Amino acid sequence: MVDLAESNSAASAAGGSARRSVPRWMVTTASLTIILILWEIFGRDINPIFGSYPSAIFKAFLALLRSGKLGVALLQSIQPFLLGYGAAIAIGVPLGLIIGRFWVAEAALGILITGGYAMPLVALVPLLVLWFGLGFAVKAAVIFLMSVFPICINTWLGVKSVPKTLIDVGKSLVAPNSVILRRIVLPATLPYIMAGIKLAVGRAVVGMVIAEFFTSISGLGAIIINSANNFDTATMFVPIIILMVLAVGLNALLGWFERIVAPWQDEIAGRN
Amino acid sequence: MGEVRLIDVSKQFTLRIDGAAHMVRALDRLSFTVADGEVVALIGPSGCGKTTALRIAMGLEKATTGVVTVDGAAIKGCGYDRGIVFQHAELLPWLNALRNVEFGLEMKGMRGAELHDTAMKYLTLVGLKDSVKRRPYQLSGGMQQRVGIARALAIDPKVLLMDEPFGALDAQTREGLQGELLDIHARTKKTILFVTHDLDEAVMLADRVVVMQHGRLQEIVEVPLSRPRRDLGAIRGSDAFARTRYHIWRALHAGAPTLH
Repeated sequence: MVDLAESNSAASAAGGSARRSVPRWMVTTASLTIILILWEIFGRDINPIFGSYPSAIFKAFLALLRSGKLGVALLQSIQPFLLGYGAAIAIGVPLGLIIGRFWVAEAALGILITGGYAMPLVALVPLLVLWFGLGFAVKAAVIFLMSVFPICINTWLGVKSVPKTLIDVGKSLVAPNSVILRRIVLPATLPYIMAGIKLAVGRAVVGMVIAEFFTSISGLGAIIINSANNFDTATMFVPIIILMVLAVGLNALLGWFERIVAPWQDEIAGRN
Repeated sequence: MGEVRLIDVSKQFTLRIDGAAHMVRALDRLSFTVADGEVVALIGPSGCGKTTALRIAMGLEKATTGVVTVDGAAIKGCGYDRGIVFQHAELLPWLNALRNVEFGLEMKGMRGAELHDTAMKYLTLVGLKDSVKRRPYQLSGGMQQRVGIARALAIDPKVLLMDEPFGALDAQTREGLQGELLDIHARTKKTILFVTHDLDEAVMLADRVVVMQHGRLQEIVEVPLSRPRRDLGAIRGSDAFARTRYHIWRALHAGAPTLH
């Protein structure tokens, strides 16, 4: 046990996190409060057609909530979101793993994925409407197409960045390729996969609203476009802010999930 | 049994520098034998091909020409007859020490209680019985390397291959682990082939030292120190140690380009 002293110093280094005098959430809350106050003060001076302000938006929110329209729209939006986004994870992650690990798959599919990421999806939505109709299916399809590429590309890049030495560990223990993929490459790629899944939240939300703009008969996107057409700017902001809040909440949830499934990541980065 | 033989092993690869292809000869007809139960050190300056030779012996790289045999049979890739300890331990960071050792055993097909008991046995052998639940980043460098050694030993290979196993550690930790490796060798009688650039380490641990220079065998030096080697301080101060060390030093410098 020659290196007990060394292990002690390692332990104290792990325990000595950067101590902040003010908690992080307090800074975030203060920042949000200041923005809301400034918005409230200066927003009131603007013609209500051209802009709005927090208290007016909150009133519009309550009105929408009471009329029952908001609940229905939320449900209409969230169901295709979950399906499209879930399918993007279920397909994007394995696809990225395979493309990153096998050069034939990379040569055959890599170019499609890179191209697909840059695909001007907005221009394709009318075509998708022809294929899938105006309802649930087209929304799920657009959300899927918006989010599958960043998830796949991030996973692919993650596989590429797995240290060769960790693969050597598997090889030296005569692990078959499938086991190396599942038990070494996948966990080593997890931070990249989670980053891709988080990035995709924003794109999926945008995809959802785009789909609803073109179909314009349901969901939060319909509320946005209908109230915009009626010059009811305050009501228009309600779903926009709800979507932003949902995206932030989903990101926080994913961050929490990442710390559960990949607790070693904080240790490697020296965070605590 | 565990006799390793490198026969005429050569390794060439092409390196692209500024668009021009250069043929690099990492190993040039290297031949030597490690007898059963023997400890052999591969020593030489950086880039002399010693790590490449070890990786070829493990089966992680293919020789351009030549063969490696273990107990007379030519190797085909990696196998459980050989275990490797990497320079930086290379533990899987998402598994704790115990699970890292169990990982290797699982690959070998071991399951259930035997899996746990075998892993514990080897972690105890390297003195880590009380830290088995720690993940790699909660272990010091020396402790990580002990886990690496336990993982390699646990699959019960005939031959232990080590790539500068203590090169990344501080002097005191290194000496401690050298003593423990001598102890483990005395108990398990494994054949050990290890790469080092440390003259003292080569003399202290090995029965013979293979000196390499530019991918070629320069000289094989016998170490006239008897086993078991318990009192490392006394050995370090002995005449035989100093003479052998000087002999290897001269062999290393004989092939090196002079600075004058």
